[in-house]
Amino acid sequence: MKLIEHFELGLDAPICLTWELTYACNLECAHCLSSSGRRDPRELTTAQAEAVIDELQRMQVFYVNIGGGEPTIRPDFWHLLEYAVNHQVGVKFSTNGVRLTPERAAYLASPACGGYVDVQISLDGATAEVNDYVRGPGSFDTAITALQNLKDAGFTDAKISVVCTRQNIGQLDEFKALADEYGATLRLTRLRPSGRGADVWDELHPLPEQQKVLYDWLMASGDNVLTGDSFFHLAAFGEALPGLNLCGAGRVVCLIDPIGDVYACPFAIHDNFLAGNLLRDGGFQEVWQTSPLFQDLRSPQTGGACAKCDFYDSCRGGCMAAKFFTGLPLDGPDPECVQGYGEMALAGARSVPAASQDHSKANPTRNQPVMLKLMTRPPVSDCAESPLAGFVP
Amino acid sequence: MHLDEQWALAPSVALRPEPFGALAYHFGNRKLIFLKRPELVAVVRALGEADDVRAALVAAGVPEAGWPSYLAALEGLAASDMIRARQEVAA
Ligand code: SF4
Ligand code: SF4
Repeated sequence: MKLIEHFELGLDAPICLTWELTYACNLECAHCLSSSGRRDPRELTTAQAEAVIDELQRMQVFYVNIGGGEPTIRPDFWHLLEYAVNHQVGVKFSTNGVRLTPERAAYLASPACGGYVDVQISLDGATAEVNDYVRGPGSFDTAITALQNLKDAGFTDAKISVVCTRQNIGQLDEFKALADEYGATLRLTRLRPSGRGADVWDELHPLPEQQKVLYDWLMASGDNVLTGDSFFHLAAFGEALPGLNLCGAGRVVCLIDPIGDVYACPFAIHDNFLAGNLLRDGGFQEVWQTSPLFQDLRSPQTGGACAKCDFYDSCRGGCMAAKFFTGLPLDGPDPECVQGYGEMALAGARSVPAASQDHSKANPTRNQPVMLKLMTRPPVSDCAESPLAGFVP
Repeated sequence: MHLDEQWALAPSVALRPEPFGALAYHFGNRKLIFLKRPELVAVVRALGEADDVRAALVAAGVPEAGWPSYLAALEGLAASDMIRARQEVAA
């Protein structure tokens, strides 16, 4: 049996586990995959979070991707980080940089972290204009300050994590230059219509010709660029990109949310992909190994309308979450199918599922990105040309 | 890699059993490698205790005809620092 077939059947423990520690966030990014903003009162306590780490250690989950919300604003964040590292669970955490002071940067670079910690700074534009458009005013400067602090502290190889959008695809070389400047590695990932991303996906997702630009760029310059294996739908342009070319949801990928709910994938926070809760259902291992939803995701899938496609072996119909949140059938083409079947499907009859949870702030703050204000007005006609059309600072 | 050399799993590497064999994870360089055959896992586990590579292959029950491909696999693991020559482990 080929390795990929084992992956399809699921492993005894996930390879790529994301754990969102909190739904609280200082920012209000327009495309937040987890609709974060407000802390959930049911958030796991410190003791409960430690118990999760103990279990991950027993299961030999070698590292966990910590996110949120903004994980560093949990008061026990640094404690949990240390706890994980001391229990052979490496940590890669994503942050907007808000708490990465020179002192914290020095701590991350110190032997206390023993190289078990990876830091990923989110940046969705290589310039303040493009970044702050979706991530909110001041967020570019926050991220750059954090990168500078890490560099000054001697922390090597931070990651700059970019969600590729219509507005920033033209900046790929600039992102790379920025990463080089800070001794960091560039990480590019795919925008999915998850969380608040569903509201802005139509405006932000790369245009078909931009997908080709991205593919060509990855082929030509992608050697030292990470992609989180998120662009395998681009394989249908020709050659497969390196990495795991398959949707790993519930098979090798999964999400633990701040209240202990276990979802098939961080981009699939919806009741339809909720496998259980680790507090109520006997722990993470129990949910991972026995939940009916995961059993189902691990059973052989049919390619549906994709089965006839020449590229099915490498593209495999693309991303389940992208299909689900755009109201497309899960066994058909991805909404961004590079063979054009997605656009056809999007043009047909479909109904976009309602969100099943939302932790967005009830009242927007000064951190809210400008684009949301734009959206409440009648559409600006030149919006298609410039992401900043209609933006008056 | 020679049959009479002495090797062992690197100290910062953990093996996680899986239906196809095992995952090897290196906490230092964060590489994740799939050991796609249970026999290879047995060889890797045996390396540290065995007198040499040959003894580990024998202990894991690998027929002699298969040794070249196992040596190649071990070389791949050495290149990623998953296994180390034994003097280095002790050092
Ligand atoms: S649902 Fe999409 S993001 Fe999640 S594992 Fe599958 S392909 Fe990846
Ligand atoms: S038809 Fe399906 S398998 Fe073929 S390229 Fe499109 S999404 Fe991928």
